Amino acid sequence: MLALEAEIRFILIQNRAGKTRLAKWYMHFDDEEKQKLIEEVHAVVTVRDAKHTNFVEFRNFKIVYRRYAGLYFCICVDVSDNNLAYLEAIHNFVEVLNEFFHNVCELDLVFNFYKVYSVVDEMFLAGEIRETSQTKVLKQLLMLSSLE
Amino acid sequence: MGCEDLLSSYLTSEIVNMVLFCKSREAEVKRINKELANIRSKFKGDKTLDGYQKKKYVCKLLFIFLLGHDIDFGHMEAVNLLSSNKYTEKQIGYLFISVLVGASSELMKLVIQSIKNDLMSRNPVHINLALHCMANIGSREMADALGQEIPKLLVSGDTIDAVKQSAALTLLRLLRASPDVIPMGEWTSRIIHLLNDQHMGVVTSATSLIEALVKKNPEEYKGCVSLAVSRLSRIVTSSYTDLQDYTYYFVPAPWLSVKLLRLLQNYPPPEDPSVRTRLTECLETILNKAQEPPKSKKVQHSNAKNAVLFEAINLIIHMDSDPNLLVRACNQLGQFLQHKETNLRYLALESMCLLATSEFSHEAVKKHQDTVITALKTERDVSVRQRAVDLLYAMCDRSNAEEIVGEMLEYLETADYSIREEMVLKVAILAEKYAVDYTWYVDVILNLIRIAGDYVSEEVWYRVIQIVINRDDVQGYAAKTVFEALQAPACHENMVKVGGYILGEFGNLIAGDPRSSPTVQFQLLHSKYHLCSPNTRGLLLSTYIKFINLFPEIKHNIQEVLRSDNNLRNPDVELQQRAIEYLQLSTVASADVLATVLEEMPPFPERESSILAKLKKKKPTVADPTENKDHKMPAPQVSGGNDGPALQMPITPPAGGSADLLGLEAQPSAPAAASASSAAFLVDVFGDSAQPTSNGLDPLGLTPGAEENVKKFVCKNNGVLYENDLVQIGVKSEYRQNLARIGVFYGNKTSLQHSGVSSRICLKLPVFVNKFIEPAEMNAEAFFQRWKALSSPGQECQKIFKACFPQDTEQSKQKLLGFGVSILEGIDPNPDNFVSCGILHTRNQQIGCLVRLEPNRQAECVQPRTQWLRQYAHCWKASFEAASKTMKHLLSRTNGREDCGQMTKCKECVDEAWYVSDQAKPAFRRGDGCQKGEFIMVVI
Repeated sequence: MLALEAEIRFILIQNRAGKTRLAKWYMHFDDEEKQKLIEEVHAVVTVRDAKHTNFVEFRNFKIVYRRYAGLYFCICVDVSDNNLAYLEAIHNFVEVLNEFFHNVCELDLVFNFYKVYSVVDEMFLAGEIRETSQTKVLKQLLMLSSLE
Repeated sequence: MGCEDLLSSYLTSEIVNMVLFCKSREAEVKRINKELANIRSKFKGDKTLDGYQKKKYVCKLLFIFLLGHDIDFGHMEAVNLLSSNKYTEKQIGYLFISVLVGASSELMKLVIQSIKNDLMSRNPVHINLALHCMANIGSREMADALGQEIPKLLVSGDTIDAVKQSAALTLLRLLRASPDVIPMGEWTSRIIHLLNDQHMGVVTSATSLIEALVKKNPEEYKGCVSLAVSRLSRIVTSSYTDLQDYTYYFVPAPWLSVKLLRLLQNYPPPEDPSVRTRLTECLETILNKAQEPPKSKKVQHSNAKNAVLFEAINLIIHMDSDPNLLVRACNQLGQFLQHKETNLRYLALESMCLLATSEFSHEAVKKHQDTVITALKTERDVSVRQRAVDLLYAMCDRSNAEEIVGEMLEYLETADYSIREEMVLKVAILAEKYAVDYTWYVDVILNLIRIAGDYVSEEVWYRVIQIVINRDDVQGYAAKTVFEALQAPACHENMVKVGGYILGEFGNLIAGDPRSSPTVQFQLLHSKYHLCSPNTRGLLLSTYIKFINLFPEIKHNIQEVLRSDNNLRNPDVELQQRAIEYLQLSTVASADVLATVLEEMPPFPERESSILAKLKKKKPTVADPTENKDHKMPAPQVSGGNDGPALQMPITPPAGGSADLLGLEAQPSAPAAASASSAAFLVDVFGDSAQPTSNGLDPLGLTPGAEENVKKFVCKNNGVLYENDLVQIGVKSEYRQNLARIGVFYGNKTSLQHSGVSSRICLKLPVFVNKFIEPAEMNAEAFFQRWKALSSPGQECQKIFKACFPQDTEQSKQKLLGFGVSILEGIDPNPDNFVSCGILHTRNQQIGCLVRLEPNRQAECVQPRTQWLRQYAHCWKASFEAASKTMKHLLSRTNGREDCGQMTKCKECVDEAWYVSDQAKPAFRRGDGCQKGEFIMVVI
C-alpha cells in the first residue's frame, strides 16, 4: 500500500527572533518534535541571504520560504514538489492577509491569530492547496466576518 | 466588530501588553499564571458562563498556548462551544479542538458527535467548520464514524461549491487515516467528473483528491486522464482575461495547471491518439509561452509561469517518449542556466539532472557542460553548487569523463565540507565507470586521497586496490605512482595504506630502478610507520612480510623492525600478534613456503562497486550513471575478510565483517590454540547428550567433520567452522536480542585459484538458542524467588556430567559469560557455585533463564591430578523446555516440519538450538559452494 502523505508537511510563520507566529501541521509530529522543527527551520532560513534560492533542503524535505519584512513564511514540502508553485502560494497567501488586515503587520497575526487560522483553512486544507482565487477567499472571509 | 474591539474584548489590552512587552520570560510567566488562575476560577465558579464569556476565555487559553505555555484545562468548555449556534463561538471551539486536543483524547467521541450534527445542519458555514476540523485532525476514529458521509456531500447537487472544496480535501485526509473510506464503484466516475466542474476552486481541490485515489488504485481511476488533459488544454489555451478570478499575475490558473500536470505523471502517455495529441499540444503551448515576452516584469508573473513550465517538463521527462519535446525542454532549461534569478538556475540544474538520464536528451544536456562547470565554480549558494555536481555526475559518460572528473577534482580543493564526501564518491565512481586507461583511474584516486584524504571512505581505497590487483596492465604504473606519492613529506594516512598495500604486492615491479630499490621502498614506508594509526601499522607489517618474500636481500632489516620492542611488545594485541607471527614465519619457513604463503593476491571476483552502494545509501535518489548508457566494465570485486595485504592463506576468522571490507578494524583475534581447548571443554560442559554421529554421511546429511568445530561456537561467536585441505570456512556472527547477523568467510588454502570447480560441503550453521540470551542482573532474593517459582517439570532441567579437564573457576566463568548469561556474585550460599541469569529473546516473547552450575570439589580433593574427571551438577531452570516448545510450535507452522528427523531427535538444550538454525537455514543455501556473503537472519 502506498503511503499517502500530504504535499505540505507544515506551514510556519516566524519572525527574525525565532518567535512562531503561526504553526500549522499537516502530518503528525509530537510536541517535542514540533519544537525541534521550529528551531531547525529558523536556523536554516535565517542564515540565507537574498542571493540564495528560496528553497532549502531540510531533512528529507524541502523548505520553500520567503521573507516579508521581519517575517519568514515557510512551507515544508516533499523534495519532488513544485518549488515555484509553493513559493507563489506563499505570496498569494500573504496578499490575501494584506488585503484582509489592510496592510498586515506582525501584530495583526498575533492579535487575530484565530482569523489567520481561518484564512489558512480557506486556502490550504489537509496539506493541499484548496483555493487560489484571492477574490473568492476574501469574499468568503468577509462573509464570515459579518457573522461575528 | 473591528480589530480594536476584538483586541479589547478577547484579549484585554492589559494581557496583550503584559505578554507581548514583558521585559523577561519570568514576568511573562507570572502574568500568564495569574491569568490562568483567573480563567480557571471562572470555569469552576458557580455562575454559569454564557457562550460569549466561554468563547472569550477559551480564546485566551488558546492565545496563551500559542505563546508557548502549557494548557491543561478548558477542553470541556471548548467542546461545549461546538454546539453553539453562533459562528464565532463554534469557530473558537473547533480551533481549540484542532490545535490542542489530540486524536486520542477521550473527548473525541463528543467532538465527533458535534461534527456529525454540524454536517447534518444544512448550514454551509457550520458544515465547513466541521469539515475543516476533520481535515485538521483526521483521525482514524473520525474516518470510521463519518467517512461515509463525505462522498455524498462531495457529489450532491445540493452542495455549494465551497463545501465541495472542503469535502474533497477532507475525504483525502480521511483516506490517509483509513484506507477503507476509498470511494469505489458508482462514486468513481462522479468524482472523476469533478474535473469538469465549472468552479475552478472545486477542480483544484478535487484534483488533489483524485491524485491520491489514483495512487491507491490507478486502474479504477484511469478515466481521469482524458478529463485532466482536456481541462488542462482549456486552461493553457485561454487568455488571461478568460479565467478572471483564477488568473494570477497574467498566468491562467497556475496552481491548477501544476496539479493537473502532476496528476498525469501517474500514468504512462495516453493511449488514445486524440488525447495524446491534445496533451502534446498543451505541452508545446506551455513551451511556446516560455519564449513569449513577459506580460509583466514582476517576479510573481515569471514564477507562476515557470512553475507550470517546470511541471510540464517533469511530465515530458516522465513520458520520455517524444524526442522533440525532450530536446525543447532541454534547450529551455539551458536558457535558465544563465538566468539572473538564482531560483531558476537552481531549478534548471535540478530538472536537467532528470533529462540527462533520458537517452533522447542526454546529448542535448551535454551541450551545457561548460555552463554547469561555471556554475560549480561561481555560484554563491551551496545548494546550487550541489545541484551542479549532481548534474555533472548525471551527464557524465565516456566522452566527457576525463574533463568532468578533472573539473570535479579541481573544485574539490575548495569545495564545501558538507558536500566533499559525496563528491569524492562521485568522482571515484565516474573514474572507475568510464576509465579507458586505468593509469588515469589510478591517478584520479590518488589525487582524491591527496586532495581530500579525510573524505575518502574505505570503500574508495579498497576499490582502487581491487582494480589494480585485477588488472595486470596497471600494476607497474600503480607501484610507481604510489611510490612517488609517498615521497611527499606529509601524506594522508589513506595514501600510506594504498601505498603499503600496492608496494607489498607489486613493489618488485619497480625495484629495478635504483631510485626505488627494495631498501628505499622499505625505508620510505617505514618512515611513515610511526605516524600511523594501529590499523595502518598492521597493514604495513603485512607489507613488510610480503617484502621478505619479494626482496630476500632486505630480510634482516625487516626482521629487525619486527623484533623491536615497539612491535613485539606493542600494547596493541593485533600488532603484537602480527609482529610475532610474521617474525616467526620469516624465521622458520623455507623460501618455497614463504613464496607460496605470501604469493600475490588472486584477482577479486566481479561485483557491483561498493562505492555506488554507499552513494545510493547516502542519496537514495541518485541515479546510476550507467543505468541506461553504454559501458560495461570488468568490475573488480569487493572481498569479505581480506586483511591488509593479506597473506594468501586462510584468514584468521574474525577478520572483519563484510561491511568492513578489508577487515582492518583491529580485532583482537582469539588465539587459535585457545579455541581448540575450549571446544573440548564445551563438549564436556554439555555432556554426552549430543554426540556427533559423524560416521561418513551422517543422518543429517552433513559432510564428515562438519560437526567437529560446531560446538565451540556455543560460547563464542567467531571462529573456524570447518577446515579441510582445500578450504577453511570461518564464521563471524553478531547477536542482538532476537536478531542475528552472520558472515561466512571462505579461505582458499591452496595456492591455486578455485574456478569452475564445485564441491559440496554441508555444514550446520552454528546458531544456538543461547545466542539469543542477553545477560541480566538480579539480587539474591529475586533470584531464589524466581528459582522456586519455576519448579514444574517443563520448566526445569538438571544434568550431572563429568568434567574432562581440571576445573578452573575463571574458565568456567568465561564459559558462562560466553554462553550469554551473567555471573551473579554473592547469591548462592555456597561460594563455589556459579549463579547466572539471562533473558532469551524471541520475536514474540522474552524468556528468563536461571542457571546454577555446582562444581563438586570433593572429587578433586580425593584424586587431584590423576582423575581428570570432575562431577558437576548442572541445573537449567525455566528456560529451554519452555523456549524450545515455543520454537517447535512456531516451526511446525512456518516450516512445514521440514527436516523433522532432526527436530524430533533432540531433547537436550544444546540440540534445541538447532531448531533455530534450521529455521534460518533456507536463507543460507547450505552447502552452496564457496560464496562469500553476509546474511541477516531473523529467528522466528
